[in-house]
Amino acid sequence: MELEKFSYDNKIVKYFTIASIVFGVVAMLAGLTAAIQLFYPAFNFDLQYTTFGRVRPLHTNAVIFAFVGNAMFAGVYYSMQRLLKTRMFNDTLSWVHFWGWQLIILAAAISLPMGYTTSKEYAELEWPIDIAIALIWVVFGINMIGTIIKRRERHMYVAIWFYIATFVTVAVLHIVNSVEIPVTFMKSYSWYAGVQDALVQWWYGHNAVAFFLTTPFLGIMYYYLPKAANRPVYSYRLSIIHFWSLIFIYIWAGPHHLLYTSLPDWAQSLGVVFSIMLIAPSWGGMLNGLMTLRGAWDRVREDPVLKFMVVAVTAYGMATFEGPMLSLKNVSAIAHYTDWIVAHVHIGGLGWNGFLIFGMFYWLIPKMWNTSLFSRNLANTHFWLGTLGIIFYALPLYIAGITQASMWKQFDAEGFLVYKNFLETVVQILPMYMLRAVGGSLYLVGVILMIYNLIKTAGTGSFIPNEDAEAPALEKKVITGGHWHSVLERKPVLFTMLSLIAILIGGIIELVPTFLIKSNVPTIASVKPYTPLELHGRDIYIREGCNNCHSQMIRPFRSETERYGEYSKAGEFVYDHPFLWGSKRTGPDLAREGVGKLKKSDSWHFYHMLDPAQVSEGSIMPPYPWLFEQTIDKELTAGKINALRTVGVPYAEGYEDTANTDLEAQAKTITDNLAAEDVDISGDAEIIALIAYLQRLGKDITVKE
Amino acid sequence: MFKYYFEQVNGVEIWPIISLTIFFIFFVGLLWWVFKGVDNSYIDEMKNLPISKTPKS
Repeated sequence: MELEKFSYDNKIVKYFTIASIVFGVVAMLAGLTAAIQLFYPAFNFDLQYTTFGRVRPLHTNAVIFAFVGNAMFAGVYYSMQRLLKTRMFNDTLSWVHFWGWQLIILAAAISLPMGYTTSKEYAELEWPIDIAIALIWVVFGINMIGTIIKRRERHMYVAIWFYIATFVTVAVLHIVNSVEIPVTFMKSYSWYAGVQDALVQWWYGHNAVAFFLTTPFLGIMYYYLPKAANRPVYSYRLSIIHFWSLIFIYIWAGPHHLLYTSLPDWAQSLGVVFSIMLIAPSWGGMLNGLMTLRGAWDRVREDPVLKFMVVAVTAYGMATFEGPMLSLKNVSAIAHYTDWIVAHVHIGGLGWNGFLIFGMFYWLIPKMWNTSLFSRNLANTHFWLGTLGIIFYALPLYIAGITQASMWKQFDAEGFLVYKNFLETVVQILPMYMLRAVGGSLYLVGVILMIYNLIKTAGTGSFIPNEDAEAPALEKKVITGGHWHSVLERKPVLFTMLSLIAILIGGIIELVPTFLIKSNVPTIASVKPYTPLELHGRDIYIREGCNNCHSQMIRPFRSETERYGEYSKAGEFVYDHPFLWGSKRTGPDLAREGVGKLKKSDSWHFYHMLDPAQVSEGSIMPPYPWLFEQTIDKELTAGKINALRTVGVPYAEGYEDTANTDLEAQAKTITDNLAAEDVDISGDAEIIALIAYLQRLGKDITVKE
Repeated sequence: MFKYYFEQVNGVEIWPIISLTIFFIFFVGLLWWVFKGVDNSYIDEMKNLPISKTPKS
């Protein structure tokens, strides 16, 4: 049969590669800044744009969507064309995808430091950007499916399956989790409330890890590892089982982020069971990757590409063993809210994603520039710096996490908490935070070496924007028969639908009952909607990213009820759009901040927000001086009330017209309290709203004595 | 919002059972196909796809 001539588009791969590396450095610098802020609060610069609460989301979003995202697209665009023996479906779509994605990143880089955030982790971007993400993602999807349809290879290699699953699942996750009601151009409230919001968010959050950081990179592993080792994957049979079991099981595991919270028990148990089951497909994939190198281990000693990939796959194995272990309720009881989790995700991020990306780039750049790597020694140095960086990052945080959890839970012989002051447990682990910053710096230095090496490599070769290739056209004959799975691989659309069904079933069964069955969220009659002033305060809390360091979810342990008060109930959160449970306690829980033994005076909060270290010596919380100068925008009150009413908060009809009267009255009681202690401040200052919100926390279910 | 729609579905509790059945059958079929049904030449062809250089004609 006649061979058709065509060319592969390398230029788009080059651009995504450059974007990934540039944003990778930015993302890591943001991470390093956040790491330093935790032991040296002056690194917050007293600027609202650079405080930890805003830098941390910038770091996570930049790493996930800019560094790893662009690398994923580079890896997918290169391998897909070759596996399907065709150019991408449409060059224009490729470039719309590229520039659209970079614009989204730019919008994120501007809006997150400015405090525009939904507070939902890894979904912080506000609604206009959410819409842009959905549109650009669809462009990517059309380009991908189009390429598959015009392929010259009858069957789809397993990497392509992983790419398809990535596309459909991320689309579903992003859309479902981003349902929100706009209030202004850059402010919205989540459609869901409290427990339901938490479940949707962590169904999303967990599967963002699964389908953005894992499945596309498994596809990349199945292509680039055999390429780099120049031998076929160990077991293609195993890869088939790996794919279907992974995508089916992963989608269920989200609730393990919410163990011992107010989420209904059945959902927690479901999350645990599926998380444990996940070991099987994850390790199947890892072994398949490592076994591909059987008989080639001598080359791993020499070749930096293989070195990076081996450590990446090993890190994947470690993280996917640790993940299920952390999903056991007894382990989660210790690890949740501590730095253990931060260490865990960085084994995945720095080890699995980072190292696989570096290995891929060290392989791709010489190929696309038709040359060989400038310096193998430099790449080996990068490898060792990176590996040491991971170790110095993770080990101190494991120690910090376990130490702090033990201190939180320690009682003396009389049954009192040994470390009553939360701050004591923070000061204890500060040396570990310093070591972590050293680890992060080592890793970043390695990346800078890589950039130098890759630029030099490109300099010695010449870039091939369009790589010529030839392959016979796919015959248009009707093939019947064959086994059902090979039929499936010939029909990409059917295949896509099946993957969609596989992930939808898990999602629907988990999410629907919490919406449907009333007993899952028992209502509490005394729980009332927030007052207008508290609402403004809550939005400031969200803007400043307080939830990055403070949880609002007391688990039913004696060590927590002793420290914070009554454990949290599902019914307390029914008006919380979005939920603000948090996932990490760098500072204490705030769910009962306004009641019981935790209650402080208005002036305490006033001075504390002005300079935390003055009030609590040794505190690593940054000062918030701008809250005292900026005023709340009362024009927005009505819009906020209306939006919340739309999503089900029972504000009376017409309340939006009189809400500001209530707001001013409540502000006056606070300013009067402050005036009694010689503090003079306007009732419109943001700090007043924030104090109102903090003093409200926990009040709903506290019986007045 | 969702609550309303799902309350209208009669026998909604049958869904999990149906889905379990679908997936059980799917996975048993998958395992059978992978270990018994599949043609070795197909596996070899797919396995070598990323590293094969010469276009077939």
